[in-house]
Amino acid sequence: MTIFGLWVINKAGGLVYQRNFGDGLPGLTSNEYLVLAGTLHGIHAITSRLSPTGSSSGAHVIEGESFKMTIFLTATGTKFVLLTTPVEPTAEAVLQKVYEVYADAVMKNPFHTPEMPIRSEAFDTRIAALIK
Amino acid sequence: MSAHPRFSVLSASSLASLDHLSPAASSTRFSLPSAPSINTTLAAPKPGVRPNIYDRNINKTRTAEVSASAFAFLFSEVVQYTQKRVSGIADFERRLNTLGYRVGVRVLELMSWRNESSSKTPKREIHFLPELRSIHTQVWRAVFGKPADAIEKSMENPDEYMVIDNDPPITRSISVPRDMNQLSCSSFTAGVVEAVLDGLGFPARVTAHNTPTDAYPNRTTILIKLEKSVLEREEAFKT
Repeated sequence: MTIFGLWVINKAGGLVYQRNFGDGLPGLTSNEYLVLAGTLHGIHAITSRLSPTGSSSGAHVIEGESFKMTIFLTATGTKFVLLTTPVEPTAEAVLQKVYEVYADAVMKNPFHTPEMPIRSEAFDTRIAALIK
Repeated sequence: MSAHPRFSVLSASSLASLDHLSPAASSTRFSLPSAPSINTTLAAPKPGVRPNIYDRNINKTRTAEVSASAFAFLFSEVVQYTQKRVSGIADFERRLNTLGYRVGVRVLELMSWRNESSSKTPKREIHFLPELRSIHTQVWRAVFGKPADAIEKSMENPDEYMVIDNDPPITRSISVPRDMNQLSCSSFTAGVVEAVLDGLGFPARVTAHNTPTDAYPNRTTILIKLEKSVLEREEAFKT
């Protein structure tokens, strides 16, 4: 029931926001995070084409023994990824809220360039308030 | 029109870049639907069709609300547009002020019009303090849907007054990067206030300043610096 981290991946597969909560995750360099996000983007692209019945929304959840990755894909191709413990029933609801905060604090901010890393104090504080 | 800088948002330098916007060139790049002709108001509106903006009653404010999100995106574009055309923060704020001024002129006119039709004894305010109070409540309510949070008078300068908003709706979604932290996008609001004061005969210089507190990180002060003539007139009223 813990949230470890949040990633925001733009539609080209670039990591535009990454934040750890608590100290459940091993410390990685920002370059390693970029590689991981790019890889996840690729995996997602593969999963979205593997569907026996027409179109597919791609991977929603990737689960491991000690953690779970919940992926939320928006209509514009931005992906929100939440890293949690395997039992985290609120993950999807949290991602929905994150999307809302993203729309409010990032997309409406004139000083944000789309597809570029998110540097917005308002986004930081609102995410911190959302995920404690 | 060109004599008064306020009514010309475009400086001489940006006018030059307007060439590519000439109708011939623009038709391929922008497909703007032709504006509805005023004459369409003469035709009876079709049942079930929402009346177009010219047919709506100008005095009905209850249903005339606009989406805050839509406005946030529009204002975001306004700020980006402005940012591309300025050098430095003072210039940035001056331009936002100029744009706000154009809104304020209309706000004042619309409010006077509405007052006139709703009140039996409409009046034009000639004293500064009641007008400041009406800006704090009436103008704020007309523009933002809520009154401002405080009015203050400067201790040091007798010609300075402040209207304070703890969380200005138009800058709620804006977070200014650190290297521009002097910038207050509420300069737009300052322009609105300046136009209202100007229109009522209280010429003033109005600016916006960030004055965050722990409880209100977006707190903004609209600083009104009155011209000498206004203070002199206020003195004359007293005698």
